[in-house]
Amino acid sequence: MTTATVNSKGVGTPTTRIYGALAIVALGWVLLGGLFFTPEDVVQGDAVRIMYVHVPTAWVAYLAFIVTGIASACWLIGKKHSLGFDRVAGASAEVGVVFMAMTLLSGSLWGRITWGTYWVWDPRLTTTAFLFVTYVGYLAVRGLGGSPEQRARRSSVIALLAVLEIPLVHFSVVLWRSLHQQASVLSPDGDIKMDGLMLFTLLFGVFGFSVLFAWLVSHRQRIMAMQDALQTNALDAAVSERLREAQV
Amino acid sequence: MSMSVSRVARAVAAKDLRIELRTRVVTNQVLPFSGLVMIMFAFALDSDDVLQRVAGGLVWLATLFSMFILVQRTFAVETYDGALDSLRVAGVQPQGIFLGKSLALFIELLVLEVVLFISAVVLYRVSVGGLGAVLLVTCVLCATAGLAFVGTLYGGLTAGARGRETLLPLLLLPVVAPVLICATRATESAFESGGVTVGEGWAWVAVLATFACVFGLGGLLSFGSLIEE
Amino acid sequence: MSTAPVVDFVDAVAVYNGYPALAGVTMQVMRNEIVLLQGPNGAGKSTFLRACAGLVPVVRGSAHVLGCDLVIDRESVRERVGLLGHQNGLFADLTVMENVSFWSTVVGATTAERGAAMQRMAVDGQLANRRISELSAGQKRRCALACLVVRRAELWLLDEPHAGLDAKGRDEIDLIIKEAASAGATVVVASHEIERAKNLATRTVSLVAGQVRDLS
Repeated sequence: MTTATVNSKGVGTPTTRIYGALAIVALGWVLLGGLFFTPEDVVQGDAVRIMYVHVPTAWVAYLAFIVTGIASACWLIGKKHSLGFDRVAGASAEVGVVFMAMTLLSGSLWGRITWGTYWVWDPRLTTTAFLFVTYVGYLAVRGLGGSPEQRARRSSVIALLAVLEIPLVHFSVVLWRSLHQQASVLSPDGDIKMDGLMLFTLLFGVFGFSVLFAWLVSHRQRIMAMQDALQTNALDAAVSERLREAQV
Repeated sequence: MSMSVSRVARAVAAKDLRIELRTRVVTNQVLPFSGLVMIMFAFALDSDDVLQRVAGGLVWLATLFSMFILVQRTFAVETYDGALDSLRVAGVQPQGIFLGKSLALFIELLVLEVVLFISAVVLYRVSVGGLGAVLLVTCVLCATAGLAFVGTLYGGLTAGARGRETLLPLLLLPVVAPVLICATRATESAFESGGVTVGEGWAWVAVLATFACVFGLGGLLSFGSLIEE
Repeated sequence: MSTAPVVDFVDAVAVYNGYPALAGVTMQVMRNEIVLLQGPNGAGKSTFLRACAGLVPVVRGSAHVLGCDLVIDRESVRERVGLLGHQNGLFADLTVMENVSFWSTVVGATTAERGAAMQRMAVDGQLANRRISELSAGQKRRCALACLVVRRAELWLLDEPHAGLDAKGRDEIDLIIKEAASAGATVVVASHEIERAKNLATRTVSLVAGQVRDLS
């Protein structure tokens, strides 16, 4: 049984505070560097600055879904079926869905500026969109109700099925698009000539958003642990309530 | 007294098909519905050339829409009077239940698809040659097996859950996207629509077969824990 | 082995719909007993039976049924118990015969056992070819019991088996229960028919607010 103790100074722990501080510093630098210090792109102009958000959020979203998959496998394989793994899986998927939405949004805005269209049926984009919908479904399964154990069992199976499904989706989309001779604008990042500062800012963005991810997930899974503990406490209360009922 | 998985599967499939033959939900409701969908597509697209070109995709889209109804129906039968609970208490192997329900769904979907393909020939003026027919039949069998496995898997997960009518399409659609893509391309090859040849279709059938194997195995391994409380 | 209790619950808590329907039940049932479970609605009788069948998880305390630890493994006990709950578990569009056949196939009973079960529950003959949706509540219940009989369970868990039956049907049920017990089965019956069931039961246990109340 997990017991989450509420820190009197707030909801954070020393670890989450370090994550939070690091994320603020790194993202502050990305904000300044991305908007002011780095140069415009020769071809894309200011539009290239979207990259400093788009690429890191995409990276974090993929990272999040990998974490969800691994945590779900750990829950299934582990003898104790520790609910901690399940909460990490859920928290990570929630953050992943948010970041994937940001990726799709920033990507389509960027596409509108550089390619003149919001959406292209490129394999990578299409797979990303499917990934997004799949994990929205995963979160819906988590919300189906039942005991925390039932939630963990169902959602871990769904997460692993998603791991099976994604390569199939990707492969069939690649095969599908390979029939169509599309323009080669589809890898915008590759076309950009990056100088040292741009590369540094981009990598720092990846770092900053990853720390932000860790910070959000650790908070979210703590909240989930508290909710589960609350449910346990509510059960204790309900049990003693029933015991009193019997005395009457 | 645990029974062999295949015997349970046969009993479950026979039971589902017998219920279907008696209530005629597929024949009296799902088939007319899918026929209507095919006609509606013709209204929406309003061009013989376009219809002929996209006939394969329309057949598979109509199949997917009808499949949601079939999956809901096949699990409503189990939850209506607590039969799924009884199966669990009786210690019946979930693998047997999974295979049996998949088999029944497979057969119902096949009937549906035959009717849809005939209506495509009639309404959309597609034609299929000898080699094309071989490709088409293989494609239909592989795609339908995949759909039946996935439908049973997610239908079992949402059986008895609140809001299952809306949740099921949300969960199923992204998963069956590869089936829609591959089956559509293979069918277009079989129809030789848009200048594609029959030979190009076999790569898609390979993906469909892989899909069916992956979800068949996945379902065998996980169905028990999905229907558990 | 035979002296070990068939059902052994110690301070067991089980949750139904987020509510502790069992709030610490301590109870033992020995082999060959016919235990009558009584108590008001909402006392936890149904959840107790469902927990014994391994359907509802026991979240606190300990629970053993037929030697299986339900806290660790709820599944292996299932094929050894038979539960008849509020729902019959029948397929409304199939006939009596088809229902009993289906259940006997999936649990591996022989044709002879199926015939005997149907005869015993008086659902053979003309009734056998009627659809479940055309039957009365009592006839459905008898059909469900026939499906249970083919299971040859070691522990019978019956939730209001008399509900909806006429006097003759109730006598038949009592007879079935006695036969099952004399054949070596253990029976737990939840029933409002206290007078009737008292003649049948070897012991009465009262559940109140999710706990056993001692009636001595």
